[in-house]
Amino acid sequence: MYGLGMLKGLGVTLKHFVVTYLEDLRWIGKRYDSPESLAVRQGSQARGAFTVQYPEVKLPVPEEFRFTPILLYEEGPNGERKDRCTSCGICAKVCPPQCIWIVRTTDPATGRPVPEPAEFYIDVDICMNCGLCAEFCPFDAIKMDHNYEMATWDRLSDKERLLKPLSYYAAIRPNNYAREEAARAEKEAAKAARQA
Amino acid sequence: MTDKVLDNVESRLGDGVVRDERGGYSGYLVPAARLANVARTARDELGYDYLSSVTGVDYLPEGKLEVVYQLYPTAGGAGLVLKAQLPREAPVVPSLVPLFPGAELQEREVWDLLGIRFEGHPDLRRVLLWEGFAGHPLRKDWTEAYFEEDAKPFKSRWPEGKIHRIEDKVPFRHNVAYPPDFTPDGWVPEGDAALYAGLGQVTGGGNGGDPALNTDEIIVNLGPQHPSTHGVFRVVVRLDGETVVDLKPVMGYLHRNHEKIAERNTFLMNMPFTDRLDYFSSMGNNFGYALAVEKLMGIQPPERAEYLRVMMAELTRIQNHLSAIGFLLNDLGAFFTPVMYAFEERELILDIFEATSGSRMMCNYFRFGGLERDLPDGVLPKIRELVYERLPRKVDELDRYLTENEIVRARCIGVGVLTRERAIALSAAGPVLRASGVPYDVRRAEPYSIYDRFDFDVAVRPHGDVYDRYLIRFDEIRQSLRILDQVLKQLPEGEIQTGKPQYQARVPAGEAYGRVENPKGELGYYVISTGKPTPWRYHVRAPSFINLTTLAEMSRGYKLADVVVSLGSIDIVLGEVDR
Ligand code: SF4
Ligand code: SF4
Repeated sequence: MYGLGMLKGLGVTLKHFVVTYLEDLRWIGKRYDSPESLAVRQGSQARGAFTVQYPEVKLPVPEEFRFTPILLYEEGPNGERKDRCTSCGICAKVCPPQCIWIVRTTDPATGRPVPEPAEFYIDVDICMNCGLCAEFCPFDAIKMDHNYEMATWDRLSDKERLLKPLSYYAAIRPNNYAREEAARAEKEAAKAARQA
Repeated sequence: MTDKVLDNVESRLGDGVVRDERGGYSGYLVPAARLANVARTARDELGYDYLSSVTGVDYLPEGKLEVVYQLYPTAGGAGLVLKAQLPREAPVVPSLVPLFPGAELQEREVWDLLGIRFEGHPDLRRVLLWEGFAGHPLRKDWTEAYFEEDAKPFKSRWPEGKIHRIEDKVPFRHNVAYPPDFTPDGWVPEGDAALYAGLGQVTGGGNGGDPALNTDEIIVNLGPQHPSTHGVFRVVVRLDGETVVDLKPVMGYLHRNHEKIAERNTFLMNMPFTDRLDYFSSMGNNFGYALAVEKLMGIQPPERAEYLRVMMAELTRIQNHLSAIGFLLNDLGAFFTPVMYAFEERELILDIFEATSGSRMMCNYFRFGGLERDLPDGVLPKIRELVYERLPRKVDELDRYLTENEIVRARCIGVGVLTRERAIALSAAGPVLRASGVPYDVRRAEPYSIYDRFDFDVAVRPHGDVYDRYLIRFDEIRQSLRILDQVLKQLPEGEIQTGKPQYQARVPAGEAYGRVENPKGELGYYVISTGKPTPWRYHVRAPSFINLTTLAEMSRGYKLADVVVSLGSIDIVLGEVDR
C-alpha cells in the first residue's frame, strides 16, 4: 500500500514521543537532573528525548576530558606556594600552535638559570586544546583543566591565572593524580636510595 | 609484488622510465613528455585503473618540482607511483584529465598551491585560493605574512619568551599581497566570468543584456551561504529550465593551507592538526597519518594498540555514517528530526571518545607506534553495551524509520546516477565508489593495520544512485558492528606503545604514502622526510575533496533540487575539502 512506509516511519517517531513521557513518569518524584538520572538518561539506557538545562545543570565530564592547560603549584604547610614548573621549555617546544611563552628565571648573582619560570603565558586564543603539553611535561607541572566556561576580556593567560593548587588537580583527575604521585614517590625513593 | 613483476612493469612502461633510486623512495620517474603515454599503458595494460592521488613536491635545493601520481588497481593490490620531475622555472606537465577525469580538481590544486601548469587541462584555474592571491604557497620559498621561522619550535618562545601577537606586528592590510599589476580596489571578479564561461556559452552570470544569452538558460549560485551546502561551499549551476546542464563546485572558503602549516610543524605536532580535517572522523584521520609516519620510521604499534585503533576507527565510521544519513534526510527536506535521531547514537559514541581521548571530536589519540593512553576504567563495558545492545537495535530502528518511506524512495531512487565506469574514472572513493558497484575498500584491497584478521564483507550496491549511496551506509554500519564484535572478543591485554613516547620523533629520510578507508573514502597521507624534525612535504588525499569531482556527473540531466540531494549523498566535510 502506498504510504505504508511513511506510516511505519511515523510509528517510530510516535513511539519516541510516547517513550519520552513514559520515561519522565518512571523518574517522577526524583529530581529530573539528579546524578543518577543523568547517568541513566544520558547513557546507553536512554530512551526518548531528554534535555539538560544548561547552564543551570551541567553534565559531568569524564576524567580525561581536556580543555585548556593549567599550571600546578604545591602548597606548603604554611600556605606557601611552590611552582612545579622548572621552566624546562618542553611544553613550549611541543605545543603545535606555539602558544606558550616562558621566561626562565636566572639567578641575578650567578647568572645561572633557576628552575622556576619568571613568566609563563598561554595565549588561550590560539591554544588548540590538544593536550600535548600536559602529556610531555616531565615534571607533572602542566595539566589539562576541566573548566570550559572561561569568558574573559583578555584571553592571554599569565602565570597568575594559570596557576592552580595541586589539590584542585587531585579533585578533577583523581586517578591520574594517584598514578602520577605514586610514580613520583617511587622516583624520589630511588633517588634517595642512590644518594644514601 | 615480486621484483620480477616490477622489472616487468618498468620495461612495459617504456623508454625513459627509470626506477626512483633515491634512498627511501619508490616508484618510477617518468619523463614529463611521456607521462600521458605511460599513464595510458598503466591503465589499459597493467590494470592500474584508479588514479588515487595527484600531488606535487618542491625540491628547492635541487631546483626541481615533482608531480607525484598514485595509481591503484581497483581489483586490489599494491599501487604504482609515477613521478615527473620538472624545472622550477617553467614547470609544465601534460594533464591526465583526458585519461583520468578524476584528476581535474587535484591538478587544479597542484597548480594553485605549487604553480605547476597542466597542459591540456580543460579548466586550469585556482581552486582553493582566489585570483587575487600572490604566488603559490606550497613553494618552499614562499612565506606567509605571519612568517616567523621555517620550522617550529620558534625560538621566541623559550627561554626568553617575548609574548607577541603576530596580528599586532603585521596589522590588517599589511598581511595581504597581490600579484603584480593587480589592484584590489575596483577589481571585478573576472574569475567568476571565467567560471561562468567554463560552463558554456552563458557569460556575465545572469539574465543581463548579453546577446549570446539563451533566455532558457540561467546560471544559479547555490551557496556559499546555504543550509544545504554543509558549510561554506558554492555550486555554480547552469540550468535549462529546471534541468541541470552543467555545474562547477567552488570551494576554498575554509582554506587554511593545512599542508604549509604541517611543513612547519614537527611530525608529532601534526597529529592534532589532522583532527581538524574531517572533523567528524578525527580518529580515522589520526590513523592514516600515524600509518604514514610509522612506515617511514619502520615501527609498529603493539597488538593491543592495533585492536584499539581498529575499534576507534570503526566506531568513527558508525557515527559518521549515522550523521551522513541524517544530513542526507535534511537535504531531502526532513529537517533535523532524522539528524537528531542519528545524533542520539552519535553522542554516545562521542562519549566514549571523550572518556578515552579527552575530546569528543578533536581526539588527537594516536601516536607514532601506539596510542596516547589505554582505555580508562569503565569504558570497555560501555562500548560492549553499545555494540551488542543499543546500536544494532537503534540502527534497525533508523532503517525502519526512513528506508521504506515513499518520499525518500521517490526522491532517491534513480536520481544522481554515477555509473561504475565513471565512478572509477572520476576517482570516487569510499561509499560513493562502492554504491556504484565497485567493491573497492582499502581495508580489503590493501589491508593495513590488522584488518586482514577480521571477517567482514565489503559493502557494495549496484545502481549508483542516491538511494544506493544511502543504503550502503547502513550496510557499512552493520559491517563495522561485525568487526567491532570480533575486536571486542579478541582484544588482548598488553602495552599500547612501542618504545617510549617521544615528542621529537626521529623519522628517517624517505617518502611514504599511508592510506586508510576513512568513512568518507580513501584518506591518504603522502609524507616526505629529509631526516629533520619537520616533514619536507605533507600532502593529504582528501576523499571529500576528490569525491566532489563526481558532483557534476551526478547532477547533469537532473533537476536543480536533486543537486542538493546528490551533494548530501556524497557526504562532504568542508574542513577536509578546503584544508
Ligand atoms: S610546564 Fe612542564 S614542560 Fe613546561 S616548562 Fe614547566 S616543567 Fe617544563
Ligand atoms: S593544549 Fe596544546 S595547544 Fe594548548 S597550550 Fe598545550 S600544547 Fe599548546
